[in-house]
Amino acid sequence: MKAKAGKLSKTTKNDLITYGMVILTYIVVQILVSSGHVSSLIQGLLVPFCTYVIVAIALNLTVGILGELSLGHAGFMCVGAFASAVFSLAFKNTMPGGLRFFLALLIGAAAAAAVGFLVGIPVLRLRGDYLAIVTLAFGEIIKNIINALYLGVDSKGLHFTMKDALSLNMEEDGLMLIKGAQGVTGTPNDSNFTIGVVLILVTLFIVLNFIHSRTGRAVMSIRDNRIAAESVGINVTKYKLIAFTVSASLAGVAGVLYAHNLSTLNALPKNFGYNMSILILVFVVLGGIGNIRGSIIAAVLLTLLPEVLRGLSDYRMLIYAVVLIVMMIFNWSPNAVFFRKRLKQRLGIGGRKKEEA
Amino acid sequence: MSFVAHLINGVSLGSVYALIALGYTMVYGIAKMLNFAHGDVIMIGGYVVFVTVSGMGMNPLAAIIISMAVCTVLGVTIERVAYRPLRGASPLAVLITAIGVSYLLQNIALLVFGSDTKAFTNVVTMPNLELFEGQLIIKSVTIVTVIVSIIIMVGLTLFVKRTKIGRAMTAVSEDKGAAQLMGINVNGTIAVTFAIGSSLAAIAGVLLCSAYPSLTPYTGSMPGIKAFVAAVFGGIGSIPGAFIGGILLGVIENLSKAYISSQLSDAIVFSILIIVLLVKPTGLLGRKIQEKV
Repeated sequence: MKAKAGKLSKTTKNDLITYGMVILTYIVVQILVSSGHVSSLIQGLLVPFCTYVIVAIALNLTVGILGELSLGHAGFMCVGAFASAVFSLAFKNTMPGGLRFFLALLIGAAAAAAVGFLVGIPVLRLRGDYLAIVTLAFGEIIKNIINALYLGVDSKGLHFTMKDALSLNMEEDGLMLIKGAQGVTGTPNDSNFTIGVVLILVTLFIVLNFIHSRTGRAVMSIRDNRIAAESVGINVTKYKLIAFTVSASLAGVAGVLYAHNLSTLNALPKNFGYNMSILILVFVVLGGIGNIRGSIIAAVLLTLLPEVLRGLSDYRMLIYAVVLIVMMIFNWSPNAVFFRKRLKQRLGIGGRKKEEA
Repeated sequence: MSFVAHLINGVSLGSVYALIALGYTMVYGIAKMLNFAHGDVIMIGGYVVFVTVSGMGMNPLAAIIISMAVCTVLGVTIERVAYRPLRGASPLAVLITAIGVSYLLQNIALLVFGSDTKAFTNVVTMPNLELFEGQLIIKSVTIVTVIVSIIIMVGLTLFVKRTKIGRAMTAVSEDKGAAQLMGINVNGTIAVTFAIGSSLAAIAGVLLCSAYPSLTPYTGSMPGIKAFVAAVFGGIGSIPGAFIGGILLGVIENLSKAYISSQLSDAIVFSILIIVLLVKPTGLLGRKIQEKV
């Protein structure tokens, strides 16, 4: 026992490095902010950074661990954002800020998880590219519905319609919660950088523990060989659904953080559309599929770079596309994998053969 | 009479979806990959016709042929550069690469042509058909679109069933390894498939932009995704299935736009996909493929 306590296992060490990296970055940023070295532009980006990091970790759980592609994580973010924003707006004056944000967080995560579960049931039974296309379709459905939805509350209770604001038939004292395409306005600004970093740590804790748990190993075995996993009695649909729901709810958490950083929340193609889902995918691919720490680094770097290199902003999306293609070919092409193996042997890096000889 | 008009508009839109879905289903059936960039090849095809007709004043027919040639070269190049190196890699890697290609094409178009909407001139210049003393007008572009898509559907079916290359395609889609042992050039066959799919995309692009005359770098992506829904609806890999799925999807979209809500029509179309996958994942005409160890 003593020896075990003194020497940490490799995975624990790796996890601790990831946590430490986040905490260290937080401390460095806080010092830089208090000493006035961070421009107000970057300061405004600190909470979005946390949002991207959380959603990138969430997507990596689906892509890297579950081995399925989701193009609807922006949609899950959207669900979490709107569910929590409506809640916070409704209880703006009747609840203290901390408790309200905590409850909003739970509601956002639960709403996204519920939707993820519902989407997952029909799709996860199928193989191949269907999940990608259905999650993409789902993201569009969510955006469409929210843009057409009017929701209000008054003394008689909740009112909602898909037509226009007048057909809500609200009382004089009523409060409009969702105004169709205009979205939610007046959400209390409850999130800040510290909360964001705490949420990143919580997300990391959930995801890393999930991966190392029995459930996580079952999920990875499905990814590596579905038929073999099935034959040893793993319930494929169940474990896929668990992983997908966890991933969706974490994306919802990112949405909550996003919503409480803005006073106006709209479901635009820019923030919750297809492009956003692709952007998150670029974070995951660049950071390394299945590598949680990589996702964090890639999300921060790719959000920071365009702000630093303003001159390249026209080419930014083009560069992302090229990065996506080149990374995939370099990492996954059978020829490239073989070539890298040969190169490593030739150079003697990690070449076990040489030692043996 | 307005119901008939909506129905006809639906068939018109549906035939465009059918044309795009044919390209999807060919590539999916043979290369077993979802070519996400297909919708964006359509957009490029549209821009080529726009530049040659509106910019250089070329004859529309010549412009369409040029557009088909450009799209064919583009499709084959994409296959060679981005997809072929990944043959044998995990489907996830291929899919992400295809998304990357789609994104790349959109952004190249954005840089070259700008984000403003271009007004596309209708290439079909025949007079519209008026029935029942002008109560029902069928646009000429609708008629042309429907006829062209039927011809292409029949032509493709014959091509796959009767020609040597077509049979090679069927063989490759059944079993790549066995096809190779039989002396079939697998890479060549897949390249031919991409060439056919992309030239169909060019035709679809022209007809799409003639019916809905606005062209932006994102013109192709939404019809592309809906056409994939159509291909799944009809049974992915099946040529008549893609055609029927496309027509049905177009009709459903137009009727729900007219009678339910124009804002929710996309949501309804995508819900169909989820329902189809839930009830009959192989689609209307698809075959069930048994998975082997």
